[in-house]
Amino acid sequence: MPYTAKIKVTLRQSILDVQGKAVEHALTNLGYRTVESARIGKYIEVTINEDDRAEAERIGNEICQKLLSNPVMENYSLELEKVN
Amino acid sequence: MADITVGVVVFPGSNCDHDTEYALASIKGFRPVMLWHNDHDLQGAKAIVLPGGFSYGDYLRAGSIARFSPIMKEVIDFARKGFPVLGICNGFQVLLESGLLEGALSRNRGMKFLCRQTTIRPVNCSTVFTSLYGDDEVLSVPIAHGEGNYFAPPEVLKSLLDHGQIAFQYTDSEGRASDEANPNGSLLNIAGIFNREGNVLGLMPHPERASDLLLGSEDGRRMFESLYRHLAGQ
Repeated sequence: MPYTAKIKVTLRQSILDVQGKAVEHALTNLGYRTVESARIGKYIEVTINEDDRAEAERIGNEICQKLLSNPVMENYSLELEKVN
Repeated sequence: MADITVGVVVFPGSNCDHDTEYALASIKGFRPVMLWHNDHDLQGAKAIVLPGGFSYGDYLRAGSIARFSPIMKEVIDFARKGFPVLGICNGFQVLLESGLLEGALSRNRGMKFLCRQTTIRPVNCSTVFTSLYGDDEVLSVPIAHGEGNYFAPPEVLKSLLDHGQIAFQYTDSEGRASDEANPNGSLLNIAGIFNREGNVLGLMPHPERASDLLLGSEDGRRMFESLYRHLAGQ
């Protein structure tokens, strides 16, 4: 059974997220006074045709490091879900 | 002497490839050739230019997919052997993604795509790309980018400074690297950097768009002339 890798890529905290800032300003302008910050990232779903969970996880991490995120300015998180 | 071949890589979405070809062809002794991204043959080029544009539509991150184009394996080997490789705008983004240069480019701090003339100062004039410039000069060269905000961790910035790897800084017309003169938020007003060896240069401004007086400035032309002087052994 394949796995779906649910991947989130976000800018590191030290990097100014200009899109997130614009959204944050828009939300406070709409009157949401308790909104303190907004940060924008990417969500990517990849289907990995692997039966072995450990191998699917290894591939998931490898593609995140190689292509899907840029470690100089981004972090990623990876969640695996079995496809039924 | 036979003409010197310079390769211009064409990715799907490159849009400054023919401007670059035009600028190179205007230098007597250069013969530009277009290198399709899916090929492996550098066609005897003695230098390679990665042009500006939106390779692969800037999908995922600017330059991230182009970096894995088949020809990039050859370009990376070519650069590691010490041959000159120049990346302009999107080409700079590809060089950073490929690891030939250090750091990253994120969204401009003002969120806007900027297309306008800037003034920049050459910082290190002892390289194959900059030997015909003086470090007291201010050059007028246009930018056209949405993601040109140069970032690198503090230890990388220190290393760039220590090894003369900062190529160009955005300045005012007096050559001061002030915050007002910084169009996109780049750290240290960085507009372009070299690798440690000085044979790889990436920059956001477009020298090929400042290589003909009809376009308002010829200040970019000397970058190609410097390269010719080096390759011709002059």
